[in-house]
Amino acid sequence: MKKNNVLKHIFLILFCLAMCYPLIWLLLGSFKYNNEIFSVTNILPSTWKFDNYKIGWTAIPQYTFGTFFVNSFILVISIVVGTLISTTLAAYPFARIDFKFKKVWFAILMGTLMLPGQILLIPRYLLFTELGWTGSYKPLIIPAFFAQASGAFFVYLMIQFMRGIPKQLDEAAIVDGCGHFRIFWNILLPNCKPAMFSIGLFSFMWSWDDFLNQLIYINGVQDFTVSLGLRLFLDNAASVNWGALFAMSILAILPLMVLYFLAQEYFVEGVASSGLKG
Amino acid sequence: MSDMKVHVSKKSKKMMIRDNIAAYIFLAPWLIGLFAFTMWPFLNSLYLSFQQTNLFESRFVGLDNYFKLFEDDKFLKSMWITIKFVFISVPLKLTFALFIALLLKREMKGMHMYRTIIYIPSLIGGSVAIAVMWTQLFGKNGLLNSFLDIFGFEGSNWIANPKTALLTLIILYVWQFGSSMVIFLSGLKNIPSTLYEACKVDGGGRVASFFHITLPMLSPIILFNFVLQTINSFQVFTQAFLITKGGPMNETNFMVLYIYDKAFSSRQMGYASAMSWSLLLVIVATTGIIFLTSKKWVYYES
Repeated sequence: MKKNNVLKHIFLILFCLAMCYPLIWLLLGSFKYNNEIFSVTNILPSTWKFDNYKIGWTAIPQYTFGTFFVNSFILVISIVVGTLISTTLAAYPFARIDFKFKKVWFAILMGTLMLPGQILLIPRYLLFTELGWTGSYKPLIIPAFFAQASGAFFVYLMIQFMRGIPKQLDEAAIVDGCGHFRIFWNILLPNCKPAMFSIGLFSFMWSWDDFLNQLIYINGVQDFTVSLGLRLFLDNAASVNWGALFAMSILAILPLMVLYFLAQEYFVEGVASSGLKG
Repeated sequence: MSDMKVHVSKKSKKMMIRDNIAAYIFLAPWLIGLFAFTMWPFLNSLYLSFQQTNLFESRFVGLDNYFKLFEDDKFLKSMWITIKFVFISVPLKLTFALFIALLLKREMKGMHMYRTIIYIPSLIGGSVAIAVMWTQLFGKNGLLNSFLDIFGFEGSNWIANPKTALLTLIILYVWQFGSSMVIFLSGLKNIPSTLYEACKVDGGGRVASFFHITLPMLSPIILFNFVLQTINSFQVFTQAFLITKGGPMNETNFMVLYIYDKAFSSRQMGYASAMSWSLLLVIVATTGIIFLTSKKWVYYES
């Protein structure tokens, strides 16, 4: 039995190493000169070229990656805030109130949860063009305030979580004469913090990683996010400094990695409890 | 007595109205969003698929777009490639996820750390940064070929080679099996250990307990993961767009790439919408088949 376990650990360690090897290579490559990056024998850089970060940061004329990072944070944080407000509001009645057509709306919610997003790509683009929203962040941010985009997943996750909060808590409040808005605000919301945290993290991760929507709706380089900036860099990078490209790639995934290591329980439990996509 | 009853029902009716009003106020943002940003575009895309559109005008052409699709070799190839991608990558991803979840299931030492590491690719796999990395892993002078060089093999440009381009994207997709694994892991934890003990008492070995307990008890979660991954992988876009750009020779020109190309490069919104609907029908049919067969292999308690 013991021997079996040792073998298992050896296998798992090797497996994890193999899985992460490309990432380690990317990280170390971001400190290397071009001629060393693709060499298998030099795992560590022989001389550390920290300059790659400086070169990459200013690789795109007129703008630095600083602009793209600020843009990304503005965009992603707006989406997260919108998602949190709209999804908790929508979840409350499903979890706590008996109202007309509840079953119908719930069925529709579940339907949109399964609806492949690609079907909405073109008509949404036409709608947002007509509204004059293209070329701005509006098509990405405003749907989040109305619990759309990945909203259905989060509403569902929140409903499940709210159902787990003991009903005695709100019954006591009803006896005290509290209405639904007070119950929602004073009782449910403080108890929903873990779920809100998970939703916030996932919404951050998905909108940070999102590429297709940003590609379609954001036009000006001054509005580019990190994803778009990196893609611009990649397309211009036929013969450039790979180290610098790797350096910016590392920076692009850094916010997610930091968040993940700070709050991994919320990530993993969030996936496990709801079976989210991703 | 009867007075009181009337009073109570009146009050509860008033309460009901109040409840309904409150409920719909809470739901208002979602409902508005649902109609404006989901239902209306959904119906509109069906309408669009019956239109012939170009930069200047659009006119109703009935099912013409759909008939044209069947004569469009690029579309047929694109559909075939997408289906191939889904049918290879989803089972592979789920098998990996299940296998590793089984290894990790008992509260073993270091389980936490393994789980943390294995989830990382799911976290960042869809990003542009990883596309950059993948391009350099499998390129002509990439890391894989430098590695093969040590053993005296000369590797090709895996991304530019029509025979292997799809494979590099499948590997990238399977690499992100962590989120499925986490779902399996939580499912495995919910299987009561008494079942395994009973199986042991009956003389069942590890293989027997896997086939008679683990698989049936886990089958609802396998179904869930299967459907989720199928729907997602039919819509593969970003990595193919960045790494292979749909090429070489359209070998990785997945449906959403072709839709994007028709809609945003050629501005044929109607034709692209017909493609979207065709893809939707294929997704619905595939998940429908999965659900239908699930009655045979998914075990529900009680």
